[in-house]
Parts: sequence; structure tokens; C-alpha cells
Amino acid sequence: MPVVDLKGRRIGRVKDAAIVPLVHASRIDRLLVGGADTWLAIRFDQVHSISLSKGIELSDEVLVPYHDDEYMLRIGRDLLDQQIIDVTGRKVVRVNDITMGITHDGARDILTVLEVDIGVRSIFRRVLQGVIPATWIRRLQRRIPPNSISWEFANVVEPDPLRRLRLNISYTKLEEMHPADLADIVEELGPAEREAIFETIDSEAAADALSEVENPKMQASILESLEPEKAADIVEEMSPDEAADILSELEEETSEEILDEMDSAPKTEVRELLEFRDDTAGGMMNTEYVSLHDQATVSDAMSALKGNEDLLDGLNTLFLVDAEERLTAVIPLARLFVTSGNALLQDLASETLIQVSVDEKQDRVTEIFDKYNLLTLPVVDEDGKLAGVITADDIISVLRQK
Amino acid sequence: MRKLLSRFRYHLVVFFAVLGPGFITAVVDNDSGGIFTYSAAGARFGYLPLWTLLPITIVLIITQEMCSRMGAVTGKGLSDLIREEFGLRITFLLMGVLVLANMTNVMAEFAGVASSLELFHISRYISVPLAAMAVWFVVVKGNYQSVEKIFLFACVFYVTYVISGFLVKPDWKEAAINSVKPVLMLEPGYIYMLIGMVGTTIAPWMQFYLQAAVVEKGITAKEYKQSRVEVVVGCIMTSVIAFFIIVACAGAIYAVRPRDIQDASEAALGLKPFGEYAFLLFSAGLFNASIFAACILPLSTAYSVCEGLGFEAGVNKRMKEAPIFYGLYTLLIAVGAGVILIPKFPLVQMILLSQVLNGILLPFVLIFMVLLINKHDLMGEWTNSRAANLVSWVTVVVMIGLTLALVGITVRGMH
Repeated sequence: MPVVDLKGRRIGRVKDAAIVPLVHASRIDRLLVGGADTWLAIRFDQVHSISLSKGIELSDEVLVPYHDDEYMLRIGRDLLDQQIIDVTGRKVVRVNDITMGITHDGARDILTVLEVDIGVRSIFRRVLQGVIPATWIRRLQRRIPPNSISWEFANVVEPDPLRRLRLNISYTKLEEMHPADLADIVEELGPAEREAIFETIDSEAAADALSEVENPKMQASILESLEPEKAADIVEEMSPDEAADILSELEEETSEEILDEMDSAPKTEVRELLEFRDDTAGGMMNTEYVSLHDQATVSDAMSALKGNEDLLDGLNTLFLVDAEERLTAVIPLARLFVTSGNALLQDLASETLIQVSVDEKQDRVTEIFDKYNLLTLPVVDEDGKLAGVITADDIISVLRQK
Repeated sequence: MRKLLSRFRYHLVVFFAVLGPGFITAVVDNDSGGIFTYSAAGARFGYLPLWTLLPITIVLIITQEMCSRMGAVTGKGLSDLIREEFGLRITFLLMGVLVLANMTNVMAEFAGVASSLELFHISRYISVPLAAMAVWFVVVKGNYQSVEKIFLFACVFYVTYVISGFLVKPDWKEAAINSVKPVLMLEPGYIYMLIGMVGTTIAPWMQFYLQAAVVEKGITAKEYKQSRVEVVVGCIMTSVIAFFIIVACAGAIYAVRPRDIQDASEAALGLKPFGEYAFLLFSAGLFNASIFAACILPLSTAYSVCEGLGFEAGVNKRMKEAPIFYGLYTLLIAVGAGVILIPKFPLVQMILLSQVLNGILLPFVLIFMVLLINKHDLMGEWTNSRAANLVSWVTVVVMIGLTLALVGITVRGMH
């Protein structure tokens, strides 16, 4: 598009346009105009009018040469043809075209980025532009349904942390996504972009997403790429068994570095779990369970549950242990609701106590789950002490990996 | 000592963990067209062309290594990178030519399936549709891991060429000498053969496939050392197989009476006097190579196009998630296999056309590769060193020269 100055002289064509996200999220703040040898940068308030037929008319004489500046997000260079995250569609897409709108605010015309086009329609336009007349393209284009996402739901991926800050790119929108969706997105991206996302989002969301990443090798390489402190924060938020699984994929040096940065309580749990081999009950189990002494009543159980609210989502079984912490009974959680508060828990226990020892083989564990239709299986150490539990979702992951 | 042993074991484990992309790509280079080129060379010139295998191996290693490195470091496919750095229009044109070139290649592979099974008296009207369906199902119903396992298994079958090479009892001394002693003759047929052998070594689709496979396998920059070993081993394996194909044809056909052969199945028939087994193994090898390449070519094409143009792609995706990917894959197989069943279809012209298209595409692909691998913001510390750049550019220029020469000869031959 040609650019014309105050006196109607043509000074060049628009080569690119840039947003300065720190100032305004969607307004085109600079137009970069290529004249003879250098490019000029035109600020948005130096523009008088913009029209498709007449081009851009300026309202100011004083133009500065363009110099590459880290606060600018350039449409042509940084956005077009690059990958972005579609937050609503929950996937990684490639930018085929950009739709902008012109608004008039009294003194000047302003361009804003409205939509990012990702469909066949925009490929069509960009490939044919300049080859056949624009009117033909428009006529043909009408037959293809548009496929675009609104600019506010498009998330640019920028690996360089400094530039990310200057461009005001945040990934807070990603934190609200379902962890499994976020994991899918992360799997689609390159290693540098992956690291950028995990560095930026909060540790809890990062932990959830990391557990959902399917390939253990990729999980490991993500943790490795992060600073040990950040990695430790994420690992602390994970359930101890998943944390141990991922750490066991890392080289010993790196996993030690991360463990050193962790708080002591989760650290000891994870360390204990790391001792077990992957393909044994000990390696599969987690230590998130609720156990009570064998004389406890239903109301004791209720108050124990209140103290463990973060475990409630996945909980379906309570365990009873004797004075030596040996497992004595398993109580299906639902039975609590049909009993009065002062009843003894042991009276509600399942008839047979099914348990495995920490070194039981993985295949045998899945067999037991299948045979007894279990949701939860307690794991005991060599003294019969309760060491952890294996849940059905652990079994599903194991079976899926085969 | 124990530490050394455990280190070795660690490397071996990682090697097997990264085994796949480089190996498969290099081995598929010996597709039905490759086998024909080598057979024809051996049948006509005996052991003389063997020396070209050494430069071929080097060229293969240099180009493959760059792609697997780019895949491991950036986590993006080659067409992804071309799109990001060179824009949509160039990508679109490149992909258009790639689809055409690969479509004609797929035809050649199904022709290989047909002619190899006709040696066993199976009609092409049975073999080709069945093969096409099998190929389609393997990828559509599988995931990356299972597909890769099948492909690696197919690689093992190339050993048939090694055995048939032994069975014809060639002149090993002659073969050994000619492997290291370059012979140049100013005979048009010989020069044409040399250009053909080297010129068909690198096809554009291989670069796209290799890089995409490295990405999909999730190989990281950290494992890249092992990945490079894998690429090198794969390339050497490929040349070893080519060696045995040439030697088999030299021992069986050239030693009796040097002549030109018209296709690879004729080479198999030439082995018949040396025992039923030599013949059977050679034909079975041809079938394996053809069907293997018929699997990979459509897959690689669908990958490259969808990546480059921004559509969802990957064998781990379901059909509904990646309709264009699976659509293109299906189309390539259907057309590639379909035309083989049309009587009087100008197949030879199609194969020549595919050579021309590949030749047009290759310079762009290779030049883009070297430009991309030198971009610091993409590759970081993994850019080419100055020496590597020199080697890469020389390779690229030589390959472009040879390919264009091949195109020139082909175009002249078409009239």
C-alpha cells in the first residue's frame, strides 16, 4: 500500500506493520515504510487516513528511520507464517493471514488486528495475490468458508524470555485450560517454545500439564531445560509417584539438582519412591492416601477427610492400620454415608483384604486389578506396613504404554 | 572398566532409543527405482561402477545429517522451517511440485510391486489393490511406534540382496579392487550411468521425511550424538546393499554377457541360472523395497504438505482430527496404485517426469537446508561449522549439477 505525505508526494510502500503490546494489545502502532534505502517508522498518530484505494495519507512531516526494536511485534516477520496457540480451539495453528479493521477516532484512521486466519481461504489469497486480479481472488474466496480465530484468543509463542517480557506476552490464558489440552499443545511445539511456556505459567498448572504429557522422554527433557528451582517448584506440585517417575527418567546429576531445591517433606516422599524399580508395585504406587487406626469410628474418618481436602478428588478408599502401621482393613468410602457416626470403621471393611508387596511385578498388579475389579490397591512393605496405593488410573497408563 | 562398560551400555540403549528415522530413510533410498539403477549398472558395466558407492555414501551422510540435526534441535519439520523463514508462496510452490514428483514416484513403487509379484505369477490386478490396501491400513490404523516397528522390520528384509549376492558367486577380488579404484571412461552410456547412480541418491522427499520422523519420534538435541551415529550407520547399510545388488548383477549378467536391462525384474530373471534361491531372494527383495517405499512416500508427502501449509498432521492423530493429512495420503495411494491397473498407461514417461520434477525441486531444498542450518536463532550452538559449511556447499553444488545433468539427459531422451 503506497504512503503519501502532507503535500501528496509518494514516499514509499508499507513493508510491514508492528504492534507494541506494552502500549496497546491490538492497535497497529507503527507502519514500516520502505523508501529508497532505509525503512521509515510511522507512528499511528502520524497517520491521517487509510483507504484501500488511495493508500495511507500522513498528517505529520517528521518521520524517523526504523530500527529493529524489541518492543515491536512485527506482523510480517513475527506473526505471519509462524505458529501461535489458539486458546479457544486449544491447539497450535499456523498463521496464514491477518485480518485488520480500520476505525476512525475523529482525528485519524486507526488499524487494529482483529483476527488471525488459519484456513485454506487465506492460503489461497496469499498464494494468488499479484498473480491474478484482486477482484477475482475476492470472488473465488467467497466460496471457501473462513477459518479464523479472534486476536484476543491468539497466543504468540516467544522463546526468548527478555523479548517475551518486552512484548508483554503472557501465558495466563493457558493456565485455565484443561491440563490434558495444554499438554497436547506443548507436545506440538518445538523444544524452545515448550520451555518458554513451562517457564512462564504457574507451577501448579505446569505440574498438571507435565503429568499429562504422554512421552516420558519429553517430560524429562522439559524438566531438564528449566532452571532447577523452577523445576523443583513444578515437581513439588506433582503427586509423588508421578514426580518420581519423571525424575527417574532424568540423568542422576540433574534429578539430584532438582531434588536439592525441593522442600523437605515432598522430597523425602519422592526419594523413597525413587528407590523402587519402575516395573514393580513400589514404582507404580503413590503415597497420597488416608489411613486411620483400627479402632477409629465413622466420625473420626469424616474429620480425617476434612483434614485432607486436597486428596478428595480421587479418593475412594480408606485404610485401617494397627499400632505398628500394618494394614488391617480396607474401607470403601461410600459405605461411610450409610452408617451412623459412632459405628466402628472395621465393621464396614471389605471382606477380603487384597494387598500386594512393594516388589510385586507390574504385570501381576494389573492382573490383580482385573481379577478383583479394583479401583484402589494397597501396597505394603516387607513388614506389612502400608507403603502406598496403586489406583486404576495408574493401571490405565501402564496398559496404554504397552 | 566397569564404568566404561556401563557407559557403553548407556550409549547403546540411547542408540536403540533413537533408532528409526535415519535408518529407515537411508534404506528406503534403495526403492524400486534405486534397485533398477544399480542392477542396470551391474548388468552393463560389471564391477566398474562400485567405486561410486563411496562418494554416494558420503553425500548421503552429509545431507541426512543436516536434516536430522535440524529436526532434533528445532523440533520442527523441514517444511515448517521453510514456511517460517521463506514464506507461504515459496512453500506452496515447493509443496505443489513435491506432491506431483512423489505421486509419480508412488506409481513407480506400485509398478515395482506389480512386476516383482508377476515373477511369482501373481496378476497385478490382484497384487496391486491388495498391496495398496495393506499400505493404507498400516498407517491409518497404526501409531508412530507401531508403524516404525513395521518399517524397521522391512529394513531387515534387505538382507535378501546380500544373500543373493553371495549365491551368484561373483569375482570378489575384482569387486574389492573396483570398490576403491575410480574408473572414468568417456563413453556416453557409462557417464549417463554414473550420473544416474549419484543423481538418484538424494531425493527431496527423503529430507522432508527424515526431519519429520526425527521430530515425531521426539529426539532431542541431547540425544543427537546417537542420532547422528544412526544416520551414518543407515547410510553405510544402504551402500552395502547397493554393493551387493551391483555385485549380484555383475556376477550373474555381466559375467555371462554384458547387456542393458529394461527393469529390475529382468535382473531377477538374469539370476535364475545361478539357482532358484538367488532368483527368489532378489525378487522378494524387490517386492519388499517397492512396498516399503510405497508406504513411506505417501506418508512423507502428506506430512510435508500439512506441516508446511499449517494443517494438522501425524499418524498419532485420528482421521477426524487431521482430515487433509489422511485425505492426501489416501489420494496418493489410490492414484499411485490405480494407474498401474490402467492398460497402456504411459508409466515410463511418468517415471521420467518424476525424475525431472525431483531434479527441479532438489536445488531449492538443498539450498534452503544449508541456509536454515546456518540460522543462529534457529539452531543456536548447533549451526554448521565453517568446515562443515564448505563441505555442505560443495556437496550441494555437485548434487545440483549432477541432478540437472540427469534432468537434461532425461528430457532429451523423452523426445
